[in-house]
Amino acid sequence: MPKVLSNANIAPSVFRMVVEAPDVARYRKAGQFVIVRPKAGSERIPLTIADADTEAGTITLVYQVVGKTTGVMSLIKDGGELPDVAGPLGRATHIEKVGTVVCVGGGIGIAPIHPIAQALKDAGNTVISILGVRSKNLLILKEEMTRASHRVVVVTDDGSAGEKGFVTDALKKLLDDGEKVDQVVAIGPPIMMKMVSVLTKDYEVPTLVSLNTIMVDGTGMCGGCRVTVGGQVQFVCVDGPEFDGHLVDFDEMMNRQNMYKEHETAAYRAFKEKHRCKLAQRNAEARSE
Amino acid sequence: MSREARKAKMKNKERLKLPPVPMPEQAPFERSRNIREVPQGYSPEQAMEEAERCLMCKKPVCIKGCPVEVDIPTFIDLVSEGKFHEAAQVVKQTNVLPAVCGRVCPQEDQCQLVCTVMKSHKDLDKSVKIGHLERFVADWDMENHPEVEPLDVKKTGKRVAIVGSGPAGLTAAGDLIRMGHEVTIFEALHRAGGVLIYGIPEFRLPKAIVDREVDNLRKLGVEVVFNVAIGQSKSIPDLFEEGFDAVFVATGAGLPMFKRIAGENLMGVYSANEYLTRANLMDAYNFPKKSDTPIIRGRNVAVFGGGNVAMDAARTALRLGAEHSIVFYRRSEKEMPARIEEIEHAKEEGVEMRMLQDAIEILGDERGWVSGIKCLKMELGEPDASGRRRPVPMEGSDFTVPVDVVVVSIGNASNPLIPRTTPQIETNKWGNIVVDERTGKSSMPGVWAGGDIVLGAATVILAMGEGRRAANSIHKYFGDGVWEDPPEPEPEEETD
Repeated sequence: MPKVLSNANIAPSVFRMVVEAPDVARYRKAGQFVIVRPKAGSERIPLTIADADTEAGTITLVYQVVGKTTGVMSLIKDGGELPDVAGPLGRATHIEKVGTVVCVGGGIGIAPIHPIAQALKDAGNTVISILGVRSKNLLILKEEMTRASHRVVVVTDDGSAGEKGFVTDALKKLLDDGEKVDQVVAIGPPIMMKMVSVLTKDYEVPTLVSLNTIMVDGTGMCGGCRVTVGGQVQFVCVDGPEFDGHLVDFDEMMNRQNMYKEHETAAYRAFKEKHRCKLAQRNAEARSE
Repeated sequence: MSREARKAKMKNKERLKLPPVPMPEQAPFERSRNIREVPQGYSPEQAMEEAERCLMCKKPVCIKGCPVEVDIPTFIDLVSEGKFHEAAQVVKQTNVLPAVCGRVCPQEDQCQLVCTVMKSHKDLDKSVKIGHLERFVADWDMENHPEVEPLDVKKTGKRVAIVGSGPAGLTAAGDLIRMGHEVTIFEALHRAGGVLIYGIPEFRLPKAIVDREVDNLRKLGVEVVFNVAIGQSKSIPDLFEEGFDAVFVATGAGLPMFKRIAGENLMGVYSANEYLTRANLMDAYNFPKKSDTPIIRGRNVAVFGGGNVAMDAARTALRLGAEHSIVFYRRSEKEMPARIEEIEHAKEEGVEMRMLQDAIEILGDERGWVSGIKCLKMELGEPDASGRRRPVPMEGSDFTVPVDVVVVSIGNASNPLIPRTTPQIETNKWGNIVVDERTGKSSMPGVWAGGDIVLGAATVILAMGEGRRAANSIHKYFGDGVWEDPPEPEPEEETD
């Protein structure tokens, strides 16, 4: 069973887990994901691989606690086990030298954009990264993103770090200032990816988005992850996770993401009630770190 | 018992008068509200009584009717004498998964279709209940002889990678390990069994039985590696690089097909694969207690399609609490591909069958949830390429039915993962892997394929037959090292 080397609380409700998975580390490419199950009886959830160390045989997963499954995952102690890590899954990002690429990472989306920025930079592109979070304390991987980019722009909803505003404001400013942008890659909440795609469509800048839909098997068998792209039904797990942002039907996708909202809310509430003590302890640990 | 001894005991004429022994079942209303198995199996007395009905034909055509050629008369004879363990051993000589086959094989299209007793009555219902007997001996043996006898076979040192742990993969694994080869199965999911686990519902095939079959293979030395999707997580050339000498691709059916009608991406619309996987593999029946995977429990559930999977989905809907579970099929009941037994079971439980009706749109409410379906009535026209009469829409016949969950069960397209990463493996226009019919060899040396990735959608037993074919061919290849097969011999003139 894959061993968890560390599972650290790096921002409020955001965790970074390093887990042993030598084959995944060896074969994964930027843009791919794994499906994990934190314990028997858990749901299968897809998580983008944020980083990998082939020599150590480990991968890094950055996740936000948003429900029971990620909640259970956050309780795994250093040295514990993550029962199921399936992957790498999905198509890798198509990396080539196109010139200047803007990588837009929103919230937890900064984690999956990191390996892509790195690969784009390694391929000889000029990488400008726009990192957007609600507030300063939620800004993750700032140093890593600085290393993977030629320039980093930070925006926060409340102005506690960088410019006050949304990533679209920063991106629009960049485009209006006459920066020649050849491609945009945007990963973050669906609404952010939609707004970025709407903006770049006006500016006719090719835009790649990475979708994180509900999945069960992750190998094309169930079709639960289906989205409409350019009028065609596509499966995020085998046709994606990356698609042309200008063609994705975001409204339909966001609607489908709500399918189990009631179930999830109830399960999360019960989980928090049951594990009140452990969760409080976990938060205290995080604060003292 | 010898044929003569049997004849002395009872004349064939007398035997033919023995009525078939029905298998006890849970009552329809009760069972439609629980997930326990519907047929409950013969008692030893019932099995012995049914076994008396076999005539022990000189030319046992039933064996030829079985894709893996179980020695049917021999095992039935042993059952009639109460030698159940010996009977089980006879079955297991050729069938790696008897407890599974006894439950899900379409016997009425195979062994029981050609049974002499059936023929003399000209009544399919009167054939010897070979499937029931197979199930009985398999279950009895699991219960009374759970130990796995260690293999007494010389190790060859050859390593085989099997991709997928469904019926084709498990059968090949069972055969190859008994031939002395090292076997590793790669499974993409977290549990072994393929369609036996994620697809076929608990009430038709208890998962404990599949787990036990898999455990037995592991006790024989088969290694199962979970959470690796070959063709995606790593490729077939990667497997050769890791030192495997042969690869058997048994990845099963692929992407679920949709009808391409408006509303198919509304909330509450499932592919049958997803619906059944949530209920079976992920145990959504037990959400939120034992399982964290939810499923939408509709009050009115519509299922599109007429196959066994559609029947499974419609019956699952009842067990998830649906008040109405309705199957919409665009042809008539006669054309339905589902087994008669499955259709009957579904009807008994209260599944409503709407024949000659086809959905043309799924309707949604303002929040994006399914609220109903719009259908057309159909009539049957001329036969199409499949030989079945083509359904023709009746103009102006459209009507709506209020439903809150829709399950689309109209088949699967092939899985693209292996062809995508291994283009040297030839596929046909449907994306199924092309193999030599005698051996299961693909166009890539060292790679065999079988099961639904080759056949499209087929049955468990046919997939098992493909697993056996590949295992024999792999064994032969390890012996002589020759990949190219001699051309097929000219068919010999029949001399009689």
